[in-house]
Amino acid sequence: MKKVELRNVCKSYDGPPQVVTNVNVTINPGEFFILVGPSGCGKSTILRMIAGLESITGGQLLIGDQVANSLMPSERNLSMVFQNYALYPHLTVKDNIVFGLHVKKVPKEERKRRCEEVAAMLGLSDYLNRKPRHLSGGQRQRVALARAIVNESPVCLMDEPLSNLDAKLRAHMRAEIRQIQRKLGITMIYVTHDQMEAMTMGDRIMVLNKGEVQQVGHPLDIYNHPANPFVATFIGSPPMNVVDATVAHNQIHIEGIKPIDIMDSQLANKEIIQVGIRPEHISFASKEIEDKRRNIVEVVNVEVLGNETVIAFKLGAGEWMAKWSGQWRVQIGDRIPLEISYDAISVFDKESNELIKSPKVSDLHVFEHEVI
Amino acid sequence: MNGQPVPQKTTTPMANVNPSGFWKRSKNFRVAMLYLFPSFLLFSVFVFYPMMKTVYLSFFLTDYEGFPSLFVGLENYAYIFQSESFRKSIIATFIFVLITVPFGVLLALFLALLANEKLKGIGFFRTIFASNMGMSVAASSVIWLFLFHPSIGAFNQFLATFHLPQVEWLLDPSWAIISVSITTIWMNTGFAFLIILGGLQNIDEYLYENANIEGAGYWYQLKRITLPMLSPTMFFIITVSLINAFQTFGQVDILTQGGPAESTNLIVYSIYREAFINYQFGPASAQSVVLFLCILVVTILQFKFGEKKVHYQ
Ligand SMILES: Nc1ncnc2c1ncn2[C@@H]1O[C@H](COP(=O)(O)OP(=O)(O)O)[C@@H](O)[C@H]1O
Ligand SMILES: [Mg+2]
Repeated sequence: MKKVELRNVCKSYDGPPQVVTNVNVTINPGEFFILVGPSGCGKSTILRMIAGLESITGGQLLIGDQVANSLMPSERNLSMVFQNYALYPHLTVKDNIVFGLHVKKVPKEERKRRCEEVAAMLGLSDYLNRKPRHLSGGQRQRVALARAIVNESPVCLMDEPLSNLDAKLRAHMRAEIRQIQRKLGITMIYVTHDQMEAMTMGDRIMVLNKGEVQQVGHPLDIYNHPANPFVATFIGSPPMNVVDATVAHNQIHIEGIKPIDIMDSQLANKEIIQVGIRPEHISFASKEIEDKRRNIVEVVNVEVLGNETVIAFKLGAGEWMAKWSGQWRVQIGDRIPLEISYDAISVFDKESNELIKSPKVSDLHVFEHEVI
Repeated sequence: MNGQPVPQKTTTPMANVNPSGFWKRSKNFRVAMLYLFPSFLLFSVFVFYPMMKTVYLSFFLTDYEGFPSLFVGLENYAYIFQSESFRKSIIATFIFVLITVPFGVLLALFLALLANEKLKGIGFFRTIFASNMGMSVAASSVIWLFLFHPSIGAFNQFLATFHLPQVEWLLDPSWAIISVSITTIWMNTGFAFLIILGGLQNIDEYLYENANIEGAGYWYQLKRITLPMLSPTMFFIITVSLINAFQTFGQVDILTQGGPAESTNLIVYSIYREAFINYQFGPASAQSVVLFLCILVVTILQFKFGEKKVHYQ
């Protein structure tokens, strides 16, 4: 188990526009580390630089304690799972799995033993003599996984390994990959564009946008304290509602709703800000709540997901979403009262995009381990 | 090919299950036939009819215009198999095939592997390697005729500069077949190169990336990834080269006219001489039938034994 460290890593493909800019991160031994970001933000590029499949045009890459910038891919002692699995169509499942062991001239008996061990772990024992084209998508995925772990490399890289699977299988494989990683203790660097995968699988995640690191941290810290509006809207589903707002007379003014009283001094001498609120932090305003905190809005869409309801409504020029638990029998066109409290909002600086204030109510939804 | 537009009545599937309407039920079949008709017509006129006619003529002696005059049964076949000249022609053909197909395909494979490397300016070499595809057999044969010229030809001049003995490229019976083979290999390289390069570029780049990560070297990747993945392409190009080699004519006609001492009298050239120089259309047809059977057998053998080694995706 090795650490992987990136120091000011940059990348430009034959030309000035940098597709990856100044990435600094240390991935700890045995950690499940996730690179997440919208498509085209440079995730694959970073992963391929770590693998040695792309050259690093600036900065340093360390694997273990060794500078790895100029090492050949084979010298980096890692394994990789590709998005399209990259299985050899002319080889059987068994030969695909032991391909790397065969290259390294591992003796035949040991090859067989390790192959069977890994196949048993992934439920592939019955398919060892099939060709990949006779497998389902999920089974192919497992073969790719088996091939990556049979080498027992200390570092494993995965580039969107689940994106070709259907939703149910994806959820299943998420848990399985996570378990295997824990069991083997390998350092995992996992690329995905799916914030849900990032949230559920990662020990830590790194959010990227346009080749720049937006935030690195524990999934829940990122969820509760997003560093900027991009992270706030990228992580979480439905995304956080973010709008421009102004501060005046110790109140926040947002187009379309009543002013919100400021309760502390965090917003002192700010004038123009961005306000964000997570859909689940918008609350229904019951009749007892005083009128100046009740906002009546028009519903434009309702999705009831069994035990929770996502309501889209018009607010000012835009459209917001609220997510409430329970089945709310709301109709499109209904006008419903909402409350947006000061404790529930995040505030970002308008110029620097930095987080000024995160919501307090999120604490209400946290159940510490002791409670259980 | 343009099929005539078929007037379509929109009928629901239920309406089609009318047992009495044979005319209706056979509609799909009739439409298919209509679309196939142009190719049937062309094949009949240019392939099936001449084939039948050749088989028919091979049982006859003909007059000098090629009209059958006397039915002789299998005598034409007996005649050609006893003929020394035909036996030599068969042997020359097999030698020629055994030289041109393996060397031609290997050369094309080698060039394609080179041209598939990701290097600056490789496009230039790809163009060059494929460029002789655009040249006619006649033009390239004439070029080679000059190169092989005993006194002013480039090859002998080259040998002379190193004080090596001169070679009678086209006049020495043991060299002539090699010279014709070299010309043929050169002429076929462009096409084979292009097909193999296409096959190489179809191989998923990720397969090599994975192999690189696993530590496989160039030769290992060539043997374990490239060649197996290329096998359908190789199978195709070997089949086509074999058939082409059996049917070689143009370069023989221009370079050697079958000589010297019939050493390059390849079978198609032999057929041509029999028919259009000796006006023996009967024996010529018999030779054609034998050639047809040879190609058929070789192709069947190739499909039977070669295809097992082919990995289709
Ligand atoms: N081989 C390449 N040559 C030039 N530009 C590339 C190459 N590969 C990727 N890019 C560019 O780099 C950027 C990041 O790509 P990538 O890392 O594949 O994104 P992601 O995996 O996050 O979707 C994209 O803008 C893409 O167009
Ligand atoms: Mg990608």
